[in-house]
Amino acid sequence: MAIVRDIMPAFELFQPANIPDALSLLDRYGSEAWVLAGGLDSFDWLKDRIKRPKVVVDLSQVSELRGIRDWNGGLEIGSMTTLTEVVRDPRVQAKFSILSTGAEAAASPQIRNQGTIGGNVSQDTRCWYYRGGWKCYRAGGNICFADTPTAINREHAIMGADRCVAVNPSDTAPALIVLDAQMVIRNSHGERTVNAEDYFIGPDIDITHMNVLKPGDLLTAIRIPATWAGAQFYFEKVRDRQVWDFPLLNVASAKFVSGGNVDRIRIAVNAASARPLRLTEVEDFMRGKQPTPQMGDTAGKIAVGPADPLRFNGYKIPMMRNLVKRAISGVEEAKWA
Amino acid sequence: MPDTPKHPPFKLIGKNYTTPDLVAKVTGKAKYAEDYRADGMLFAKLLLSPIPHARVRKIDASAALAMPGVKAILTADDMPKPADALTDLGARIPANPLGERGLTNEPVYQGEPILAVCAVDELTCAEAIEKIRIDFERLPHAIDPLETLRPGTPNARVEGNVWIRPPVPKGQQAPPPQVKELKWAEADFAEIEHGRLPMGKLHPDGVDVAPQSDEWSFGDVDEGLKKADLVLDETFTTPNTSHQTLETRTAMAYWQNGKVYVHCSTQSTQPTAPAIARWLGLVDDKGQPDVSRVVIISEYTGGGFGSKITSAISAIIPAILSKKTGAPVMMRVSREEEHFIGRARPSIQGRLKVGFTKEGKITAVDMFVILDNGPYDPQGDANNSGRMLSLMYQPPAMRWRGVTVLTNTPPRLSQSQPGGFQGIALMEPVMSKASRKLGIDQVALHRMNAPEGKAPIGAAPPGGKRAYVTSAYIKEALDRGSEMFEWERRKAMPKRSGTKARGIGVATSCFVGGSVGFDGLFIIKPDGRITVQSGIGNLGTESVTDSHRVVAEVLDIPWEKVEVVWGNTSKNLPNSAPSGGSQTTHAMTRAAWATAHDAKKKLQEIAAKDFGGNPEDYEVARERVFRKGGGSGMTLAQAAKRAIELGGVYDGHEVPAGISPYTKASVQALAGQGLLAVAKDTMPRDGVTHSYVAGFAEVEVDLETGKYRIVDYMAVADVGTIIHPRSLGGQILGRSTLGIGHAIGQKWVYDSHYGIALAKRFHYNKPPTILDVPAKMTWDALDIPDPETPVGARGIGEPPVGAGCCAILNALSDALGDDIFRRAPVNPDTILASLEAGRPMQEQFTAHI
Repeated sequence: MAIVRDIMPAFELFQPANIPDALSLLDRYGSEAWVLAGGLDSFDWLKDRIKRPKVVVDLSQVSELRGIRDWNGGLEIGSMTTLTEVVRDPRVQAKFSILSTGAEAAASPQIRNQGTIGGNVSQDTRCWYYRGGWKCYRAGGNICFADTPTAINREHAIMGADRCVAVNPSDTAPALIVLDAQMVIRNSHGERTVNAEDYFIGPDIDITHMNVLKPGDLLTAIRIPATWAGAQFYFEKVRDRQVWDFPLLNVASAKFVSGGNVDRIRIAVNAASARPLRLTEVEDFMRGKQPTPQMGDTAGKIAVGPADPLRFNGYKIPMMRNLVKRAISGVEEAKWA
Repeated sequence: MPDTPKHPPFKLIGKNYTTPDLVAKVTGKAKYAEDYRADGMLFAKLLLSPIPHARVRKIDASAALAMPGVKAILTADDMPKPADALTDLGARIPANPLGERGLTNEPVYQGEPILAVCAVDELTCAEAIEKIRIDFERLPHAIDPLETLRPGTPNARVEGNVWIRPPVPKGQQAPPPQVKELKWAEADFAEIEHGRLPMGKLHPDGVDVAPQSDEWSFGDVDEGLKKADLVLDETFTTPNTSHQTLETRTAMAYWQNGKVYVHCSTQSTQPTAPAIARWLGLVDDKGQPDVSRVVIISEYTGGGFGSKITSAISAIIPAILSKKTGAPVMMRVSREEEHFIGRARPSIQGRLKVGFTKEGKITAVDMFVILDNGPYDPQGDANNSGRMLSLMYQPPAMRWRGVTVLTNTPPRLSQSQPGGFQGIALMEPVMSKASRKLGIDQVALHRMNAPEGKAPIGAAPPGGKRAYVTSAYIKEALDRGSEMFEWERRKAMPKRSGTKARGIGVATSCFVGGSVGFDGLFIIKPDGRITVQSGIGNLGTESVTDSHRVVAEVLDIPWEKVEVVWGNTSKNLPNSAPSGGSQTTHAMTRAAWATAHDAKKKLQEIAAKDFGGNPEDYEVARERVFRKGGGSGMTLAQAAKRAIELGGVYDGHEVPAGISPYTKASVQALAGQGLLAVAKDTMPRDGVTHSYVAGFAEVEVDLETGKYRIVDYMAVADVGTIIHPRSLGGQILGRSTLGIGHAIGQKWVYDSHYGIALAKRFHYNKPPTILDVPAKMTWDALDIPDPETPVGARGIGEPPVGAGCCAILNALSDALGDDIFRRAPVNPDTILASLEAGRPMQEQFTAHI
């Protein structure tokens, strides 16, 4: 069978207007259904005819999935809320600015107008072998093409790899982990919540999926508790271009400091591994210590301890070390005068 | 500048105006090839080779053809044989039997079109393609140019792995180039250990090559290097970069009364007709393309950058399918297809030995380059890289050697400043390093080695003298740029603060900027208005109308009374310059000048006939022709009516000798409508026309992440008289951005084992975005007229590219030192890994990483 790309195949399109209708469609079609949010990830797969769902359930008409609401002193963000809406929301900016910063680092202004927060956290990896339609582990095969002697893998994992060396590309994911967000998942049987940290899964758990969603499941909202409101936040993303690029690495941290020492801290990185990583060892190390560059440097070294680079991604080790350092002590501003 | 020439004051030239295509472009009313529809139109899609090198043993399309809605399948067997082509400057290259045919039975790169399916809609085409079975015989492939020169490695084509140009037999046309096998000795590759490019033999033993085709020199290079105070031996690699035009090479075609109408995307309008005729095999009994059977419609083109000089060979696929099906056929080219068939600039791996005196003067250059040519026709980039270097840095002695290597990667084609860019990009890191080693300011080092006046270029042909340029004022551009950019102030600023480093860079760049010998054609109508027939393509540069401002300037008629006809070869256009190599503004302002003077002469003659005296007693101004110093005269409208009454040469019923047959046919079709002005540019020119740009940049690098930001960029152009400031500025900054893309991210990525492209389309190939360049990039132009052309204008589209890229690279080296990068683009991975290790860490000799 010859291959043709960049032309979308026919499928049955459903555009439910409310959550129950969406859930009933997902229930009816199970693994044959594809959930379409903003379309930025989906249309690539569909246009390339690599993923061939029979049914596409487009959530764009479900208004309940959109918007930001107050919730228990924190916020509940509908999964279909666009990244631009997240970036511009004054409550997000006031309480959880790290999420606006992370969301604003994603993609480009045009893509943020269309892309949703639910899509951003649930998107697939951008490994260019996998996205190119190569029959790798993640695509159900039995090889990782990105981990061979001739593979080009500068954007791949430096830790947590298990056969597959792809990375999670989300910029909002580490911010949500740091904020201890809860992912609200519904299906025709009911609702459950999962900690952001546990929403993402590596190849050791499931090599063909990047999150816990199962057929029939719908991510309806993300709840951010008040726990980290008003903390000192840090977010940084390194990418090749200034815009329209996935992270080479990103880092997010939240901390409360009292008496000059770290009282509470959470820190996470993404694009280092198949799932965004919460750095609990670093958190444990920093608790009760001063968030100085020196301490940050040691924390950075702890963070990259498990790193096992590939042929072209060794640079991610100093990059992650330095990003963790900055996430603890802040970045030193240039004073040229 | 007291010593530089000045042009006379102009009324229109050098002034901004609203081009006639502007409103349609910004409102979306402009129709590009894809926007046309025709009754009963079918669609076509391509089946691309999934593997880099193979032979098609068998195609089973039975299931596809049995599908409802599928109308036809086109294979390589339906395609005409390879035909002659045109160079960037319009010279003819005889057909290469190993050239491209649009479809193939021996794919030589992943993504090469094997067949096209024609059906009622694109979805049916795609579903039909998925039902086709092709039995391939896999052949060995070569992705890395250096690797294929190693002993025992596979070749990209069955015939071999390098292009050579055989000697030209006396009094004959140059024979087509040939593919031969060239392998170096394993010992040659020991240089890689030292970070230096291996330099093996240039062609296989026992093979005769044309003189200067792979080696040329002038001056005494050995002596020059011997007497130098500093000799640098540097190896650098430039990237393969897709042209990535916003509009893909979509085409729609139909036949009516034996003529084929092609709606296509092209840089040039009139010159595309003979190209399409040639590709379709529509030639007359003399073997000349039969343009009477081809109509090209292309009112708007969404970018070309050298990839669509005369449209693209893929445009004949819908034309042949249309003939086969008897219906119009549209072939929309997807971004995926464009990645493979849309052309790219070839990478060059180059090694330069350059000698400098302690004062900074270059004593000699010894240059060796390997061109990653792709699988098809040999590109001129290798040779041009040396030629442009010889002009830009004026070495008194230079040797150039080059190998053009075939690889199983998509076909290459001229991209803005082809070869010139690579030459500048290989040399600028040497200039930057020399400036630090010698303790000489970057601007001063460039200035003292820059060309001036009728500067020499390239090597002398056998038995001849070295060619020289028409003019060069790049030193003035450096002076003005340093002042505007506040070079000295920026130089004095601190270089390090905390985790940030700052650097400034300057680069100079040059390329050809004009050709001669084309025709102009316009009519002064009996209503006193002028209709200009423009054969120039509307590729975004605005030369399609800018060039004709000269007509209104010379005849002193308001621009509002001039209508320009463009974009359709059935509208009787003159023989026009192809819009490639930035020759149009120079060539077509000359043609416009010559034609305007033909009109003036005819007006004076008509006046003399009616009012007595000699034609020279009359002048043309303010829409009138009248006796000098006042007295009898008539309006242009009256003169146009008189021209029709007089007939003959005056209204086009008589065609002057010397103009091209193409123009002659147009004159005959337009005869009798008014005063018809037609002329060929036969004006003298002493030297070859080149343009120049000096680029200035400041960057700020984050030493902990490797990420950098372009703080500022400015370009000053030496392009002769400014015709239209707004479009000139657009070109300078646009092409600078193209160059900046080469510095900051644009490239190809391949898995060499499988021979498959990993980075494709816009996202993964990483062209620069508008947010990657400074919000306020600035430009200026000297506006010094070139002395060898009447209006004084030269082309601009090429030299900003090298200046843009290399000013950034030099600023990075200024910030970080010499031991960070050995290739472009430069990204955070390279910077950070090299900073950590204290030496260049990126794999320098692996292609496509």
